[in-house]
Amino acid sequence: MYEHDVIVVGGGGAGLRAAIAAQEEGADVAIVSKLHPVRSHTGAAEGGINAALRDGDSWEKHAYDTMKGSDYLGDAPAIETLCQDSPDEVVQLEHWGLAFSRDEDGRMSQRPFGGMSFPRTTYAGAETGHQLLHTMYEQLVKRGIQVYDEWYVSRLAVSDEEDPADRTCHGVVAYDIQSGELSAFRARKGVVLATGGPGQVFDHTTNAVSNTGDGVAMAYRAGVPMEDMEFIQFHPTSLPSTGVLISEGVRGEGGILYNSEGERFMFEYGYASNDGELASRDVVSRAELSEVNAGRGIEDEYVHLDMRHLGEERILDRLENILHLAKDFEGVNGLEEPMPVKPGQHYAMGGIETDENGETCISGLYAAGECACASVHGSNRLGGNALPELIVFGKRAGHHAAGRDLGKAKIQTGKRGEWEVGEVDTPVEPGDVSASGEDVVADGGAAASSSGGSLSPEEYVDRALDAERARVESLLNKEEGVQHAEIRAEVQKSMTRNVNVFREEEGLKQALRDLREAREKYEDVYVADKSRTFNTDLMQTIETRNILDLAEAITLGALARDEFRGAHWRKENQERRDDVWLKHTMLSWNDGRPELWYRPVILEGEEKTYEPKVRSY
Amino acid sequence: MSTQVPEQVEEESSADAEQQSAAQQSRMEKKRQNAAARESQEQAEAEEKASSEEDTYLLKVFRYDPEVAGKQEPRFDDFHVPYHKGMTVLDALMYARDHYDSSLTFRHSCRQAICGSDAMFVNGRQRLSCKTQLSDLEEPVRVEPLPHQEVVKDLVVDMEHFYDQMEAVEPYFQTNDLPEGEQLQSRENREKIKMSTRCIWCGACMSSCNIAAGDNQYLGPAAINKAYRFTMDEREGEEMKQHRLEILEQEHGVWRCQTQFSCTEVCPKDIPLTEHIQELKREAVKNNLKFW
Ligand SMILES: Cc1cc2nc3c(=O)[nH]c(=O)nc-3n(C[C@H](O)[C@H](O)[C@H](O)COP(=O)(O)OP(=O)(O)OC[C@H]3O[C@@H](n4cnc5c(N)ncnc54)[C@H](O)[C@@H]3O)c2cc1C
Ligand code: SF4
Ligand code: FES
Repeated sequence: MYEHDVIVVGGGGAGLRAAIAAQEEGADVAIVSKLHPVRSHTGAAEGGINAALRDGDSWEKHAYDTMKGSDYLGDAPAIETLCQDSPDEVVQLEHWGLAFSRDEDGRMSQRPFGGMSFPRTTYAGAETGHQLLHTMYEQLVKRGIQVYDEWYVSRLAVSDEEDPADRTCHGVVAYDIQSGELSAFRARKGVVLATGGPGQVFDHTTNAVSNTGDGVAMAYRAGVPMEDMEFIQFHPTSLPSTGVLISEGVRGEGGILYNSEGERFMFEYGYASNDGELASRDVVSRAELSEVNAGRGIEDEYVHLDMRHLGEERILDRLENILHLAKDFEGVNGLEEPMPVKPGQHYAMGGIETDENGETCISGLYAAGECACASVHGSNRLGGNALPELIVFGKRAGHHAAGRDLGKAKIQTGKRGEWEVGEVDTPVEPGDVSASGEDVVADGGAAASSSGGSLSPEEYVDRALDAERARVESLLNKEEGVQHAEIRAEVQKSMTRNVNVFREEEGLKQALRDLREAREKYEDVYVADKSRTFNTDLMQTIETRNILDLAEAITLGALARDEFRGAHWRKENQERRDDVWLKHTMLSWNDGRPELWYRPVILEGEEKTYEPKVRSY
Repeated sequence: MSTQVPEQVEEESSADAEQQSAAQQSRMEKKRQNAAARESQEQAEAEEKASSEEDTYLLKVFRYDPEVAGKQEPRFDDFHVPYHKGMTVLDALMYARDHYDSSLTFRHSCRQAICGSDAMFVNGRQRLSCKTQLSDLEEPVRVEPLPHQEVVKDLVVDMEHFYDQMEAVEPYFQTNDLPEGEQLQSRENREKIKMSTRCIWCGACMSSCNIAAGDNQYLGPAAINKAYRFTMDEREGEEMKQHRLEILEQEHGVWRCQTQFSCTEVCPKDIPLTEHIQELKREAVKNNLKFW
């Protein structure tokens, strides 16, 4: 067994910042990550990081924009924390050497981004995330923080009181991908989950192959609710063949969208008569698909993003890597021709429920970054608001886990404070296929009976290790059955078809039927590769179970919420319904079944209450 | 009636709801016709594909697993992968793994040349497999792990030594005086270090370098480039620059490089590695440092 004060799961932007903060606070901290930290998907972020740094801008304006962008589903205490802390955190990155682009006077450059009332998106060319990730990893090296590199975390060691809010997290179970060694990691003070987004739930995504929602699924199975899972952002400009992202920076710099008739449709058809191409992502994504559905798409699939008029010099200066992406992954020369683009899954607004200190309802268990939901982005994230989230909440979670007093959180977690029961009519039973059958072992279900919270921390950690060993053995011992790749592909296809930018009741129900079928298949899953050495077959099989949990949660939330808010659009009810829906969708894993409930949104900020306004761009 | 709507009505229609929907119907109709035509064409193509060898690519992939009886002796496996336009070597490997042999093992994550996981030896050259179009390669496509590194399994190599070298050059920003707010940096200086900050730690350069193959302690192109990134950053100040040059002109540092340019040729991020190394040599001389 390995032992540390704080264990951070994941080495992306959020995990690195959390680890640095925990160490600053004096904790013995280690990162456990399935990828070497510099391989994390934070490196793919292009556009920039929002911070109110300049005269004429203020955190209040940033907060107002963020709340408006969230379509009033963000919680004010989280949003205000983000906007207040972001400027200092960005300067901190600069002090760590991050190579931001510079203005003539030598100050960090900022550019306009969709939904922002001030050009506050601070950037480093079109590779802000790469610079951020590497800069923070450098700080990790400087501080000598230990990294368990290429270790896959597959289970949390959590006590088993009846009410999740009474439970405590004592560590994690992970296996060394390189050697196959399965081991427990005891965390004396806390575990911070920073496992990133769930893009692999869909088949067309800007996310990496390793973005499988592991942290969210592990926390969910341990009793932490998932929050607002139905809110998935589809980025309007991804390359059709791979899903590789063309940054919003292109439109920020003046890039224009055209349909097959050569019309500038954002204005021409009134999708966003004021902001045009810079309207928020959901608006642009739906506009593009509407164009395609109206027969004005190119090859019936995509639209064109043109930046040629910006001129070679400006493109090379600010958007050079876009040229490489278009060339390498789509075979298009952006200096000479428009680039084909279409909406692709991009970001999950929802995730593990936390408060503004990053803590979940389980004591000692934290989450930060894309896997968490504080909630800052509500129903729609604005571009450039995820990177500040990583560093602001990564830092807070790290500090808090290591024992720093951050004051009492204003956001409540678990079934504490105000909440109401939810209901949704499903065509098939969601959740475990055999809530008490034999195969739950392979599915990751708990084998041991409840102790009612009476064991010692070490015993909980050992028990989690035993359960995980049983699961891995059962997957490896099975000689035949279905392989994860088949199940994964079916889930991804159904999700992209039915739970996309446009959602309707029948499609959502179909997705639930497909997911049920996939869960049944998963009962029969097996791992063909029997080697202990670098067994990616085993790893992906476990990831696929996580994808199933997340896909189901996204679909259930989408089916229950019959309104149009932010990224979530319902055919049957195409308007925002504040009278019923100013509340967060919560899903708890309860004896193998997802339980739906709701918690009201907090619109009361430090100094003012945010009044829901029409979100028009 | 919908198909009869004349072209110019379509253009004027945006103001008029009724006409607009007529125009839309006409487009939908066109779309349906196009789709139908495309479908039958696609079907014909699929059949043609099945019958012609040209639409598959043959990959010869290196296999090794220390634990599996049949794989302890390295061997090459053949995979015939159906080809589509734009397909990369990584796409082909993923296809082979997901459809033929789930034990086929390789690192990959981002699929967009930014995570640096999938540098391999493809047709005799270090390349990022996600950034390499099959159509640019001669068939059969030979895929091997990076040379000069220990193979863990199939295409996965041990990166430990590479990481050690990267971390040996004090690869973090250091300065003696920090202002309260942001530090200023000139555009020119930022431009100067720009290329050097692009490194994704893929290890292709190190694997291609003869010197590194012969001298295990040689820092190697990537680590020296990392040091360049800081040495040339005006924000660190003169004193720190001096310190960095001292690290670089150690016995296994810049002077080992024999300007063979192999690293520069293989770097998927187009970093002018050899130039950077040469520039550091000149800086070292300029600073009148002693060298071996
Ligand atoms: C293409 C693209 C462009 C973007 N551009 C911008 C932008 O310009 N501005 C902006 O603000 N946001 C942007 N975003 C969003 C933002 O980059 C991400 O939300 C953010 O980087 C996620 O960071 P993270 O630290 O939460 O996760 P990641 O960086 O994905 O890191 C996840 C980490 O968790 C580890 N991990 C996962 N599962 C396990 C497990 N089971 N066991 C052990 N380790 C595990 C992984 O190894 C990895 O280290 C962009 C996103 C994409 C995809
Ligand atoms: S310098 Fe180039 S080849 Fe070498 S590790 Fe960095 S990106 Fe790869
Ligand atoms: S898969 Fe990330 S660099 Fe190729």
